[in-house]
Amino acid sequence: MEKIVFSILRYDPEKDKKPHYQDFDVEIRRPGMMILDGLNQIRWEQDGTLAYRRSCREGVCGSDGVNVNGVNMLTCVTHITEVVKKGRLVIQPLPSLPLVKDLVVDLDDFFNKYFTVKPYLISKTPPPHRERLQSPAQRKKLDGLYECILCACCSSSCPSYWANPEYLGPSAMLNVARFVEDSRDDGADERLDMLEDRIGVWRCHTILNCVEACPKSLNPTQAIATLKKLLVQRRF
Amino acid sequence: MAIKSDIIVHRVDALVAGAGGAGLRAALEAGKQVDTAVITQVFPTRSHTVSAQGGIGASLGNVEQDSWHYHMFDTVKGSDWLGDQDAIEFMCREAPSVVIELEHMGLPFSRMDDGRIYQRAFGGHTSKYGTAAVHRSCAAADRTGHAMLHTLFEECLRCGVKFYNEYYMLQLITNQGHVCGALCWDMIKGGFHLFHAKATLFATGGYARVFTTTSNAHICSGDGASLALRAGLAVQDMEFLQFHPTGILGAGNLITEGVRGEGGFLLNALGQRFMETCAPHEKDLACRDVVSRGIAEELRGGRGCGPKKDHVLLQIHHIGAETIMERLPGIWELTKVFAGVDCTKEPIPVVPTAHYSMGGIPTNRRAEVVVPGADGPETVVPGFYAAGEAACASVHGANRLGTNSLLDLMVFGREGGRRMAQYAQQNETWPDLPENAGKQGLAEVERLVNGGGGVRLGPLMEQLRDDMERHCGVFRTADDLEQLRGKLAAHRAAYAKVGVADKGAAYNLDLIEALELGHMLDVCQAICQGALARQESRGGHYRDDYPQRDDANWHKHTLALLEPDGQARLEYKPVRMQPLSVPTIDLAERKY
Repeated sequence: MEKIVFSILRYDPEKDKKPHYQDFDVEIRRPGMMILDGLNQIRWEQDGTLAYRRSCREGVCGSDGVNVNGVNMLTCVTHITEVVKKGRLVIQPLPSLPLVKDLVVDLDDFFNKYFTVKPYLISKTPPPHRERLQSPAQRKKLDGLYECILCACCSSSCPSYWANPEYLGPSAMLNVARFVEDSRDDGADERLDMLEDRIGVWRCHTILNCVEACPKSLNPTQAIATLKKLLVQRRF
Repeated sequence: MAIKSDIIVHRVDALVAGAGGAGLRAALEAGKQVDTAVITQVFPTRSHTVSAQGGIGASLGNVEQDSWHYHMFDTVKGSDWLGDQDAIEFMCREAPSVVIELEHMGLPFSRMDDGRIYQRAFGGHTSKYGTAAVHRSCAAADRTGHAMLHTLFEECLRCGVKFYNEYYMLQLITNQGHVCGALCWDMIKGGFHLFHAKATLFATGGYARVFTTTSNAHICSGDGASLALRAGLAVQDMEFLQFHPTGILGAGNLITEGVRGEGGFLLNALGQRFMETCAPHEKDLACRDVVSRGIAEELRGGRGCGPKKDHVLLQIHHIGAETIMERLPGIWELTKVFAGVDCTKEPIPVVPTAHYSMGGIPTNRRAEVVVPGADGPETVVPGFYAAGEAACASVHGANRLGTNSLLDLMVFGREGGRRMAQYAQQNETWPDLPENAGKQGLAEVERLVNGGGGVRLGPLMEQLRDDMERHCGVFRTADDLEQLRGKLAAHRAAYAKVGVADKGAAYNLDLIEALELGHMLDVCQAICQGALARQESRGGHYRDDYPQRDDANWHKHTLALLEPDGQARLEYKPVRMQPLSVPTIDLAERKY
C-alpha cells in the first residue's frame, strides 16, 4: 500500500519549549483521500495526542485551515495526491498566528478584527411589512463576497498582515465589501471611515497571496480594490 | 496530570448550549431581555447549520398562491402522522414571519425578477392539499444554511450576545427536578466551568454521525440527547432517523434536494427514471424516506450503477451550465471535489446518507422540555428548553420534509428564547445548585484521562458506526436489530477500557472524541431498542418484517430512558392530534 509521509509541526504548550516536526506514515487506503483523512488516521491509530480543528469535512465550516507545503488550505477538501511533493506533506499551522497546540492556532485577533468592521446590515429605514426588494442584479453583487467562511487562510497568508499587527487584513475587508455592496445597507460611510488609514485598505499592497489561499475561490484583493475606489470617489 | 479539578462558576439568567441556527436565534431573543450566555463546542459559524443547502420553507407565495394550511397538511402527511399537530400548526403559521425577519437582518436570499425572495420546489411540498406543485423553499443559492448562520451570528454581534467558544458541555445540572445549568470544559486552555442559570436551552444538534455514510459534521454526535438521558430524562422517537436520498457515493456529503427541485432526476443502471414507478405523482420530488427506499430497492434489485452496482445517478446537466452555476454553485464545487464529476456535464453518483435526527429531547410547542406527568398528561421540566435538531417538538414525526429543518430552528429557537427570558424574569432567584454540582461530568473526564485502558477510540468508533449502518439502515429487521443490540453491549464494554492518549489540558481532541463516543453509545442504544420494539413501518423507520404502518398499535411516540447498565427502557405517549385552530388532519394512507 502506498505510504505518504506527513511531516507535522508539533507543539504542546505544557511540555515543549518550542515547536518541532514529527513524521508519520499515512497509508493511502482508497482513492480520493483528503488530508483530513490522513490526520484522522494518525490520531486514531498512531498518536492520539495530535490536535487539529475540523468539523463539517466539506469545506463550508472553515475550521481546518492549515499550511501544507507552503500554501494555506482546508484539510477536508484537499486531496493528498493534489499537493504531495516527493511523497511528503509538510503540515504547519496557519502562519503568523499564536500557537495553541499542534495545528490549532489562536484566532482571537483574527476574529476581533472581523468584529471591528461592523459585519452586519446597517439599515436606517424601518423595515417594510414584507421583505425588502432587491433585484437579481443587485443581489449578484454579493456573489463572491458573502460566501466567506472565516477560515483565516487569506489573512494569515498576507505579508502585510504578518508585518503590521494592527492591519485589519483581507478577510475583515472582504466582509466590509459584502455589506457596502448590499443594496439594503446604509452603513457604507461609517465603515469606509474605518478603513481610510494605514491599518485599513491602504495597507494592502496587492500581493495577491489571499486570492491564492482562499479555499472558496473568493478574491479579497478585488474586494479591497472596490473599497479603495469608493474611498477615492468619496473625495472627489 | 495537568488537569485541575477546580470549577469556575458563572451565573447567568439564560444559558444556550449550541450556536447553530436554533441556539443563535434563541440567544438573540433571550439576550434582548435577560443576561444570556452561549456555550459552543465550535466557533458559532462552524456549527452544522452552515452545511444546510436548499432553503427554508415558508408559504410566502412568491411564485404561486400558497398558505400555511397547505404547508401544515404537507408536514403532517410527510411526518406519516407521527408529528404533533399543535406544534406543526404553530410552526407553519410562524414560518413567513421568521423568514421576513431573516431578510430584514440581512440574509442574502436569492431573488426573483421582481425583487422578492426566490422560492424553489422541494420534496413533499404541495399546494391545495397535495393536488398541485408549489415553490415554498426560500433559498440563498444552495448555501442557505451558511447565509442563515452568518446572518444570525452577525445579528448576535450587533446585540452583544456573550459567547463562550470552544466550550464542551459535560453535564446537565439538575436539582430536585429543576434544571439549573451545565458543566463545561474549556477546550482551549482546559478547565471546568459551571454555568449556573435560571433557564437552560439545548440547541446541541442531531446524532446522524453515528452512521458511517452520513452528511453530518464530526460534531453531530448526539451530545444533548445523551446528556439529557444521563440526567434521568427521556428522549423521544430516536429510531426515526432520516436517510437523505442523495449523498455523494463514498463520502456521504449531501447533494441538496434542491437539485431535484430545479429539475434533476434519478436514474438506475438501465437508464430508467425509477421514481416514476415508486411515486407516480410526485416522482423524484416525493418525500425523502420514499425516495431513499426507492433507491435502496434499485440497489437490492441489482439495478445499481457502476462495477459494484452500488449507487444510482442524479442527473442535472440538462438544465444548463448557466442555471447550475447560478442556483447550485455549491453543489458544483462539492461534486467536483468529492466525486470528481463536473455536474454541468455528467450525472452525480449518489446513495442514501444518514442525514437528520427526527428524534431528540421531547418538548411542547413552546420549546419547553416535557416529561410524562404522574397521571398521563405532560409536565414541563422547570428551567429546561430545547430547540432545533436536538429537540423533538415533534414537528417532523417519522419523516421530516426538506426545508422544515431550518424553519424548525428559527421558529422554536425564537420561541424558546422568548420563554427563557420570561421564565428568568418571573423567577428572581436562581435554583439552588445540588451538592457537589458537576461531580459526574468532572469524574467522567478524570476517568477517561487517568484510566490506563489500552483500547483506542478511533477503530471502536468506526466499528460502531459500521454496525449501525449494517444493521439499522434504510431497511431493518428484528434479526438485524437483535444482532446490533448484542454488538452495542460489546462496544459499551470496550468503551470502559478506552484510554485517552493525551493527558494535557490544552486542546485535548482525544478527550473530546472519547466523550463524544460515549454519547454516541447512549444514542445508538435508544435508536436500536426503539427500532427493535416498533413493529411497523412508518416514515424513516422501515421494517422489512413489518412493512405496513400499524396505527392500531403504533400510532404513538417512543420515549427512551437510560438504565444504569446502559440499556434503554421504553415508554410510549400519544401523538397530539388536536391542532390549535383548525380541524385535525385525520389519519390517512400516505401516497405520493
